[in-house]
Order: sequence, then structure tokens, then C-alpha cells
Amino acid sequence: MPGPTRGFLGRTRPARDPRLPPGQYDVGADWPVLTAEPTPRISPETWSITVAGNVENPTTWDWDGVHALPRSEYRGDIHCVTTWSKFDTHFAGVSLDALWDVARPTPEGQYVMATSKSGYTTNLPLEDLTGGKAWLVWEFGGEPLSIEHGGPVRLLVPHLYFWKSAKWVTKLDVLLRDQQGFWERNGYHDRGDPWRQQRYQGD
Amino acid sequence: MPARLVAPGPWTTATVSGVRRPLPRSVQLRLDVEGRVDHLPGQHYVVRLTAEDGYTAQRSYSVASPPSDPLLELFVERLDDGEVSTYLADVVEPGDTVEVRGPIGGWFAWDGEEPALLVGGGTGVVPLVAMVRHARATGREDLLRVAVSARTLAELPYADELRAAGAVVVTTREAHGIRPAGRLTAADLLPLWEPGQTAFVCGSAGFARTASDLLVGLGFAPSSVRVEQFGPSGS
Repeated sequence: MPGPTRGFLGRTRPARDPRLPPGQYDVGADWPVLTAEPTPRISPETWSITVAGNVENPTTWDWDGVHALPRSEYRGDIHCVTTWSKFDTHFAGVSLDALWDVARPTPEGQYVMATSKSGYTTNLPLEDLTGGKAWLVWEFGGEPLSIEHGGPVRLLVPHLYFWKSAKWVTKLDVLLRDQQGFWERNGYHDRGDPWRQQRYQGD
Repeated sequence: MPARLVAPGPWTTATVSGVRRPLPRSVQLRLDVEGRVDHLPGQHYVVRLTAEDGYTAQRSYSVASPPSDPLLELFVERLDDGEVSTYLADVVEPGDTVEVRGPIGGWFAWDGEEPALLVGGGTGVVPLVAMVRHARATGREDLLRVAVSARTLAELPYADELRAAGAVVVTTREAHGIRPAGRLTAADLLPLWEPGQTAFVCGSAGFARTASDLLVGLGFAPSSVRVEQFGPSGS
């Protein structure tokens, strides 16, 4: 552990918020937009989500199809690897469990590659996408999710760094082995647990 | 040619060897990085500061220097509520040490061998400056076309170097040459198009969205447009 930086005081910090993982700061009301590619043109009418790969029942849902599934909400915090965290967010959509219940991953299928309309990809262990920990969401704060923030529908995996919550998601492929997605090939961690500061490969 | 580094090394110590403030509200730092490895132009570093009580804060900053420069040059915009940028802009002196980690990022990185169109807004020009300098150092200026935007010429980082490199300069708050004040348009970018280019777009979220939409509108495949954003969403 290095010594202190001369003259660095940092923010006033009466008490560190226990909701803040190490190395993160509270971004407050703001919600930074970070994407690596042009924003795609995508509308609810043309959007769909396909769950395929190592599943017993590959299935595609369109906008009406996902809305017919039981509504599920997330209230809590999100954490970006660029070190901002946002508290008390409110997203609504559907739990991924409702999709898994229909598509039924095979016992060998342990990993997932999420793919976006833009071509963006990110890899996750299936275990991180089951058990009420992950959602497809189309509402933020009671309003339709804007396209800048991944609308009409994005993945939400709030217990991992937010690059795992793929914007404009259209496909979930269940894989036998872990394969690297876009940021993971470009130096970022395969799992991305903010509480363990798994920011880059090797962390 | 530097290696394609996708995973950064461990935290290391950087000694500040130079501090300049060529523009208001920003600082240009020259760092002597212990165990520095060559970066690709466009990559960034993370700077970490530690307070007496062990509290740490870390932020990412683009590199302005080319890999051939023995020192690492960062250009940091001072944000009023930025606990790292205010420290770097107001407090840091030559001889100080900070922790750094990098280089980071395998996507917004130019290999120095393929044609590229660079489009930057405000301090978003910084990683593009590293590309321009690398091209100059390797004698491959022919590969790059550059367009930059700032509120005024006086607020454009590295304005002289960018103009010397032939950059199209757009100023949104003042007339510039025969060009009236205004935002970047497709007409600014069209003459810079060359076959086989990858586009590198860097700026605020709003600038990056506008510029990348213009490029896609001109016929760039979305997969050939690489975007890096910083700052608040503005919404």
C-alpha cells in the first residue's frame, strides 16, 4: 500500500456510504452515457430478444411478447467500471428467470453471451443471470428507457459492473464454455464484480 | 510498433516532471512512469490519489503523448466538483508522485498502420493528439484525417499542433476563417473521407452521439466507428 498523495484531501466524507464499492464515487442524480459504438436505430416494433444456444427450447419474444411476461422491478444501485455508482435506481421490465423458464438451458450450458443490436457483446456466467439477479428492462424511473441508455430494452445485471448490462440487447446465447465479449477482449474482466474490484483482466 | 496491450499492468508510481497550464481550467502533466510500457495512441491511464486516512479516488485520463515519448503526457480538464481533476489542476507540482495504471483499452486505439478519420470535441481531442503525434513520429501523416470542434479556438487543446496537422477546425461560439460559428456538419466530414478508414470519435456524450450519427449518415459502417465519451450525460 503506497503512502498518501501529497496535499490530496479528497471529497468531504462524513461517513463512507456502505453501498459504495471500493474505488467508486456517488455520481448523484447524473447518469453518464458511455458507449463504444454509434447508437443504433431501434424501435419497439422492430426489437426482439432471442434466447438460443444450449437450451431445450430456443425462443424469440417480441415487444408484446416480453410485456406478456410477469412484470418485475429492480430498486437499488448500479456501478460503472469508470468509477461512478448511482444509488436508488428504479428499473422495470421482466426477470430473466421468466425467459429461462421457457427456454430451459441444458445442464451443460453454464455461460451466456449477450449480443446487442449494435453488435456489442458481453459474456456472463449463467449463474449471474438466474435467481432474481438479472432483468430485461424497458423503464427507468417510471419512464420508457431512452435509447442513449439502451432503450427500448437493455439487460440489467446490477450486481456486476454496468458494461455487463448490455444496451439494446437482442440475443442471449447459452454457451458450454466462457467466450470473451467486446470489452472483455479489450482488457476488461470476465466477471466484473464491483465488490472485488474486478475491473481488468487479471484483477 | 507497440504491442497490443489489452490488460493493464499493476499500479505503479509516476513522478510529475512537468506541469503546464496552456489553457484555463485544465492542466497538462508530464509524468515519468516507473516501468512504463509503450501504449497505443488512443489508450488511457487511470490516476489514483490517496488521502492521509487511506481514502482513495481514481479517474481515467487520455494520453496525449505518442509511445515514442519517454514521458507520459496527460491533459486533464478541471471539473469544479472533480476531486481528482481539481487536485491535478490546482495542487500538483513537479516532483510529486501519483499512482497510475495503464495503458488501458484495446478498442479506442489506433494501430498506426491503417487509415483513420479522427473526430474530437473539446478535450476529446486529447487521445487524437497522441495519434497525430505518433503519425508524425513514424512518418505516416498520410494515414490520418482530422476534424475537431471547440467552443472557441482559444479553448481548443493542442490547437497549434492540430492545425499544423491539417485538422478541420470547427468553433461553435465564434466564426473561424470564412466559417461562421456552428456545430460540426456532414459537409465538414465528407472531404476527409478515404476508403478503408476507421473513425475515432471522442468527446462529450452529446458530441459523440452527433458526430457518430453524421459518420453513419455519410455511409460509415457502424462497426468502423469507434467512440469514446466522457463527462455527464447532460440529461
